Order: sequence, then structure tokens, then C-alpha cells
Amino acid sequence: MTVREALNTAIEEEMLRDESVFVMGEEVARYNGAYKVTKGLLDKFGDKRVVDTPITEMGFAGLAVGAALAGLRPICEFMTFNFAMQAIDQIVNSGGKTYYMSGGNVPCPVVFRGPNGAASGVAAQHSQDYCAWYGSIPGLKVVSPWSAEDCKGLLKAAIRDPNPVVFLENEMLYGVSFPMSQEALSDNFLLPIGKAKVEREGTDVTIVAHSKMVTHSLEAAEALAKEDIKAEVINLRSIRPLDIDTILKSVKKTNRLIIVEGGFPAFGVGSEICAQIVEGEGFDYLDAPVERVTGADVPTPYAANLEALSFPDTPLIVKVAKRALYRTN
Amino acid sequence: MATLRCLRRSALPRLSIFSRGVQTSADTTRLTSGTPEDSSEPFQVTLHEDSFHSYKCDTPSLDVSVTKDSLLDMYRQMQTMRRMEMAADALYKAKLIRGFCHLAIGQEAVSVGIESGITPEDRVITAYRCHPFAVLRGGTIKGVIAELLGRQAGMSHGKGGSMHIFTPSFFGGNGIVGAQVPVGAGIAFAQKYLERKTATFALYGDGASNQGQVFEAFNMAKLWDLPCVFVCENNKYGMGTSAERSSSNTKYFTRGDQIPGIQVNGMDILASHQAVKFAREWVVEGKGPLLLEFVTYRYGGHSMSDPGTTYRTREEIQRMRSTQDPIRGLQRYIEEWGVASEEDLKAIDKQAKQEVDRAVEEAKESPEPEVKDLWTDIYYKGTEPPFMRGREREEIHYY
Repeated sequence: MTVREALNTAIEEEMLRDESVFVMGEEVARYNGAYKVTKGLLDKFGDKRVVDTPITEMGFAGLAVGAALAGLRPICEFMTFNFAMQAIDQIVNSGGKTYYMSGGNVPCPVVFRGPNGAASGVAAQHSQDYCAWYGSIPGLKVVSPWSAEDCKGLLKAAIRDPNPVVFLENEMLYGVSFPMSQEALSDNFLLPIGKAKVEREGTDVTIVAHSKMVTHSLEAAEALAKEDIKAEVINLRSIRPLDIDTILKSVKKTNRLIIVEGGFPAFGVGSEICAQIVEGEGFDYLDAPVERVTGADVPTPYAANLEALSFPDTPLIVKVAKRALYRTN
Repeated sequence: MATLRCLRRSALPRLSIFSRGVQTSADTTRLTSGTPEDSSEPFQVTLHEDSFHSYKCDTPSLDVSVTKDSLLDMYRQMQTMRRMEMAADALYKAKLIRGFCHLAIGQEAVSVGIESGITPEDRVITAYRCHPFAVLRGGTIKGVIAELLGRQAGMSHGKGGSMHIFTPSFFGGNGIVGAQVPVGAGIAFAQKYLERKTATFALYGDGASNQGQVFEAFNMAKLWDLPCVFVCENNKYGMGTSAERSSSNTKYFTRGDQIPGIQVNGMDILASHQAVKFAREWVVEGKGPLLLEFVTYRYGGHSMSDPGTTYRTREEIQRMRSTQDPIRGLQRYIEEWGVASEEDLKAIDKQAKQEVDRAVEEAKESPEPEVKDLWTDIYYKGTEPPFMRGREREEIHYY
């Protein structure tokens, strides 16, 4: 099943299950979704529950928050999270903080979802990862799924979650197919938000990644295996809550930690994981400095050769893993 | 000639709309029938002809049906709300209230007028000048004052403060200027989605009226015919910037493009009441959203740190207080129409003061929030992460 189909199935199943769930966003209905994630939903549920909005991010994000405060469960699609910067006040201040500010009187069960991070050849304004931005806000839950199974189980969990959830997809994964377990095909398949998954076990080095970087990290682990290096690959799945326990457990075993992400290096997901490991008991288990493999500290360039130098790829992860193991060949 | 006369008649009031705002006297409503003995029996009064201006719709009728009871209720509520705000003023000056505190003294005919024309099933959302709405929409004076004092008995358990107070029918109390307007449209969206015959009143000030997201909310509300009344509480100044210095069009009731609007004398509680009833009926009937502009005045500064005198004259404030006060205006109606005597009203004033004084004392007795409540309500109960971090790595709260 492709990631796109998994997301579509998750939304459809939750809309069938709960009348208060609806989808809104730019081009979600008649156009079938800018990236076809909402394909067919208008025909199945009608225009009351699949709502095309004008191009007006701040307004419709605020409207989604209001509908959630008043008892509905909106799924608010941003055509990309780059456009959600227009709406970030509504997500953070209206969505993320009302429950606390009301002393627990007014919950806000809304999902903000859409593609996040760099796509291909779309240059600086359309290529940014917002994990660190939303991940820093107490009151929000932030999910960054990788596989089709992740997408189905986590999106369903996000829709049922009584908190505001920011669900960060990746455009380049939409068309990628993944095997689905029998369990994952069930319409009651949920994955817990806040739990990472060990995608590959290993004993020599821990590679933590999320979203598309899981693909590269697994490829790197495969390449490293050929040189008899056993890398453990952790798929973060959630940015907030961050499953630091799973990472720590792995570091205690491998004594080496690499974090791979597509976001900017400064103040990023890797920085946060590194800080949490070295300020706690993880420090005593490290046999090498923590390594971060990140997007370059550069506004994403358009030209293919420059863009390629701006994001991690498989050989780069292999190189850094070897450095962490003090192997230079 | 007859046609010309007819044209002139219809053209003249139209012209006046664009030449000046509504008049804002608080005591120009006239009694048009006798006052009945029975205090719950309706009687008729007529508003000043210049109480409303409209845009793309008719004005509400100038004939208002009231009862002695309803007039006394309005009086009691306005007086109590003013007393509460005066108490907050004193508590702030005594350094018992922290941070921001925005008072609505002078604007009582808006909050009480709205409450008088809607039902408990309707919804209200506003910005930071929210204390009266929190009480009128099902809260308590003690709950508001305790919230300002940062105590457990506060309506948000001391975690929201002056700008963040909620009830089941009142969605705050929002601190980001203008952000509450699309949120209000979303509440109206839910009402329509759930097929409830109710309205949302989404309030904002003349200052917030220029925020882009306000127009975004207007557009979607009209596009989808949401049962939303957008209420511009025009108190003439956004902080220290007068409407004329902030808005290229200060006729806020005309700024909804395709959305009809009504400008209302927001100093006469009966005009407010009539406009709110008209607006509620309009949106609940499915005619789409409506704009209401209440022309009102804030006596104090923008917030407690603003003396309110650098951007307007003391004479202006004094003139508004002495000639157009909404409470004094209603008092005059009540006395002139034989609804109640001066002594009766003094008794109500005394009761209001006592009620507020008692609430303040009770609020002061409430303890500060428990330390463990630092960690509650970040996430919905039962769905928290395993732990949250405090200021250093050993300050960890486990759920």
C-alpha cells in the first residue's frame, strides 16, 4: 500500500466511525487533494464533510480550531506546511494553549496535516521541515511518520486524540509502497503517538531518523552490514512526545548515536535528542561524540547539484557512521 | 414633483449614513405606551431615530418591547459589572493582580445588551476585554476575581489570568488581537454542521478590525452562510491609536463587503438589545453572517498601565462619562417611566456593591494553585506523555 493510500484509508475509516470528523483545506474536495490524499472523499461523504476552503491559511486554521473547541474533530489540510507559516499563530496560540489556559475546561481535538520538508526542485520557500518549530511547543503533539503502516496507524490515532496534533507528511513518500501487516489493514489499527519503532536491530551504532530519512538510514545500515557493522535504526515516528527512552536503551547497547533529519541543523530535532542524551545518563554510555546528519544551513537551492548537497543521503550517513566508529576507510 | 420628493426622502437618510456615525446618547429613548402594573408585562418604547445605520440591509425597528423586570435586570447587571471592574481596578492598584488587566468600564451596554438578546445555547467569543462576558455567560464574579488574583477558585484555576476565562457557552478571553474572529467563525461552523438553530457572536475591537484574518473569517462566513454575528466593539481607540489614525474606513459596519452590517448606538442599552435580537434572528434564519458595530467608549486606559490621557483629552472622557453613560441613561428611563424609584435603584446599587465585595473577599480566601497543577491540562487528562521536563534535568514530572 502506498503512503497516500494509507493516509486516505485512515481518513475514510475515521469519517465512517465518527460523524464529527470532517476534512477541510485548499483543494481537498473537487480537485481530490493537491497531492490526492483526499481522493474520493467528496463522493463518499459530500460537501458538508469535505470542505474546499479559499486560499486563506490563517483564517481556515483558526476556523478549524473554533470548530474543534465547539465539539467537532476537524482534519485541517495544508497544501504544504510551508503555507502553514501564515497560520502558525492559530496552531500554536489558539490550538496549542487553550486547554491549559482554560484550566482544562476547553479541549481542542484538531489535526493539522499536510506535506512537510523538502520536496524535489521546489527551492527555498517550499522546502522546509517544521518538526523543530512545532516540536518545541508544549500542548501540541507532533507526528512525523515514515511508512504506510506508520501513516495509517498514527493518523487514525491523531484524529482520535483529544489534543491538537500536527501531522507532518512527506511529499516524496506519498507514492512509495510499503508492505502492510494483516493487523494494519484492520479499521481499528492504531499506533501510539509518542512511541518510536526499532526498524532494524543492531549492536554497533544507533541511527535515529524520522520521515524520509528512515529510508536512507535503512539503506545505510544495509551498506554498513556489508562491512560487518551492525547498525540499529530507530524510526522516531513522533517528534513530541519524544520517545527518548527507546533511544537511550539503544545507546546503552551500541554506545554510539547518529541522528539523521532533513531539517536545518540549528536548534533542530537532532540538537534536542543530542542534548537529552548527553545531559542524562546517556553521557556515560557514549564512546564517541554524538553525530548529527542534517539539512545544510542554507536556504534550499533550486539547481539539482546544489540541492543534492543540501540534504542527507545514504552515502553520507554511511560515512558519518564509520566516523562514529573511528573507521575511516 | 412627487417622484422628486420621494427620491429626496429616500436619498437623505442614505447620505447621512456616510456623513457621520450614529448618535451615542444613552437617554433618548421615549416611552410610547403606558407602563403596566405587572412587572412582567411588555410595554413599548421608541428608540431615537438615529440609533442605527445599516449597510445592505434594513435597520432594526425603533420600537422596542421591554418589561419592568427586563429593565431592572439590565440595570442590575450593568451596575454589577461596573462594580466588578472597579474592584479589579482597585485590586490591580493594590498590586494583587499581575500582568495585563483590561477593563470594560463604559462599555457595559455592549456585554449586557448582547446577553439580553441571546440564549444560553448561543455562543460568544471575544478578545482580552472579557470579564463581563465571563460572568454573564454562566461564570461567577468570584471566579473572575479569583482568576485575576491567580487563585485555585479562578474560572481557569489561576492558569489563564485576566485574558483567558471560559464557560461552556463562552470561548474566552483570547490574547492575540484578531485571532478570536476566525475561531468564532469556526464555532459558528460547528453550529451549522450540527444543525443547531443557534448563533455565535464573535467580538473584536476597532483596533483588531484591520487584521487580515478578520477579513478571511468574513469571507468564509459569507461563502458558507455561517450563523455568525461579527461584532465590532468600536470604543474609538485601539490602545492609543484612534480609529481615524488606524482605519482607512472607520464605518466598521460596512467593512464586510458582501456581509450586511448595522451600526448601533452602543451607549443605549435598549438600542444594543434591539440590534442583538435583530442580528441573532438574522443569522439563525439562515441569511448568513451579519456585522454589528457598537459605537461605545472606554472610560479608562487600554490596560492598567495606560492612564488613557496622552492620546485623547480629559474633556472628551469627562463629556462621555457625564453625558452618555449607559448606566445613567438606563437609570433615567427607569425613573422617568415609573419602573422604579431612585431609592429602589440605590438599593440595587448597594446590592451590587455588596455582591462584588463579598466575591472579592471569597476570592482572596482561595489558595494559590497547587504546585502539581503546573503540570495538569497541558494535554487532555489520560493522554499525557510519560513525563514533562521542568527547568533542569532533575525537575521531571511523571504522569
